[in-house]
Amino acid sequence: MSELNAALEHPTYNYKVVRQFAIMTVVWGIVGMLVGVWIAAQLAFPALNFDLPWTSFGRLRPLHTNAVIFAFGGSALFATSYYVVQRTCQTRLISDKLAAFTFWGWQLVIVAAAITLPLGMTSSKEYAELEWPIDLLITVVWVSYAIVFFGTIVKRKVNHIYVANWFYGGFIVTVAVLHLLNSAALPVDLTKSYSAYAGTVDAMVQWWYGHNAVGFFLTAGFLGMMYYFVPKQAERPVYSYRLSIVHFWALIAVYIWAGPHHLHYTALPDWAQSLGMVMSIILLAPSWGGMINGIMTLSGAWHKLRTDPILRFLVVSLSFYGMSTFEGPMMSIKTVNALSHYTDWTIGHVHSGALGWVAMISIGSIYHLIPVLFAKERMYSISLINTHFWMSTIGTVLYIASMWVNGILQGLMWRAYNEDGTLTYTFVESVAASYPGYLVRLAGGAIFFAGMLIMAYNVYMTARRDDTASQTAPAASAA
Amino acid sequence: MDINDLRGLSTLMLMIAFIGVCIWAWSRKRRKSFEEARHLPFADEEMNRRTQQEEARKHD
Repeated sequence: MSELNAALEHPTYNYKVVRQFAIMTVVWGIVGMLVGVWIAAQLAFPALNFDLPWTSFGRLRPLHTNAVIFAFGGSALFATSYYVVQRTCQTRLISDKLAAFTFWGWQLVIVAAAITLPLGMTSSKEYAELEWPIDLLITVVWVSYAIVFFGTIVKRKVNHIYVANWFYGGFIVTVAVLHLLNSAALPVDLTKSYSAYAGTVDAMVQWWYGHNAVGFFLTAGFLGMMYYFVPKQAERPVYSYRLSIVHFWALIAVYIWAGPHHLHYTALPDWAQSLGMVMSIILLAPSWGGMINGIMTLSGAWHKLRTDPILRFLVVSLSFYGMSTFEGPMMSIKTVNALSHYTDWTIGHVHSGALGWVAMISIGSIYHLIPVLFAKERMYSISLINTHFWMSTIGTVLYIASMWVNGILQGLMWRAYNEDGTLTYTFVESVAASYPGYLVRLAGGAIFFAGMLIMAYNVYMTARRDDTASQTAPAASAA
Repeated sequence: MDINDLRGLSTLMLMIAFIGVCIWAWSRKRRKSFEEARHLPFADEEMNRRTQQEEARKHD
């Protein structure tokens, strides 16, 4: 009873579930990026598919995207959102049991994906390939996540809901709506279903989902991360709280309309394509507003970048965010898209966001989190963080530069025609011309992946229980 | 007046909503509460320390 009273009078945070998700962020990052390096190697050396159906590019590619987006990115979002919502609401998660359920449930989803995708079970919807039984499990886990997150906000001990929680909340609600509508399907048996929509409508629903997976899963959620971890690591409050509010409402109001730019010059009605293009261009404003807000948080503290590689991760991720949110609106312009669509430029753009923004802000946040979660002064090795930072940056730059070259090359070769109207190049000639770019991309991806191994070592050495830590803890409590 | 007028007007309504949010965010009345909110990430170090000590105690 006295234990209970003590817990009520002196509440603590639930760091266990945050720790679990933080560790799994590193684990799934390594797994997902390894598959990515493998399929990048397959494009340069096709024999690496080993002539087996399970290891063919078509089956491993969705495994890669699901692993990096939902396993790596998802775990990072779970970890940081549970951490931020507790610390900025100054209260413990509303239910430890339900939070534990979201952890094990989400891991089960990931394992199910890793088994079914190589077996070829797929609904063939990009970024929503998982078949209906797994979709149902995702729904249950996601609803539990929403209950834990919003329940914690409801029982907060402070007046305000800090802006990071608005972004996390927007991400959780929107992803729930997207998942339910896009995954609506008619099952024929346990492993096969057909979409509830047909033809052009199916394509539009798919890319409404697909682009908002980018906008809310890969952007709003990670902006929540930015609004907590950049100020925290820089030890300065966010540059403008007012700007962050306008940023939030403008971003969520505009992102939802941008999906049609994935369907330029298709059977989608022309007006819908133009709407998607216009909304995508407008999106530049809130995106850059948010980026400026994050970067300006460092004003007066720029010198910290010289000594703090964690802050460098966070700030460079914002630079990549700014770059890819400029590139995206540009590529959504129909005349630019006529050149870039279906080429490697798209892949480069995605990875400028995925490696440069999403992965680097997650890595920076996890480096900030691990010492707190394991009650250590700092990470085991700061210089290894610095090494990791440079590997990530160089890897990302090699990746996106090679894909720009390949993309523009392919786009120009495909549209070139002779005086008599015949095509100048066959498709396979453009594939052969892409070969050097594929090698550079493989090198960039491999460097980025190797950086994750360094991170795993650094995290392991920090988390390891050693005698010095257990000796300092009682001393601290006595003080 | 048909559905297309409403579609046209939606642009205007969105613009009004955006300006409304800006005015709301920049109003003098909210300056103090936003200033408090801005410092929330730095306001809970005690509970963080207590959590770390509690966890260390359970492990020993």
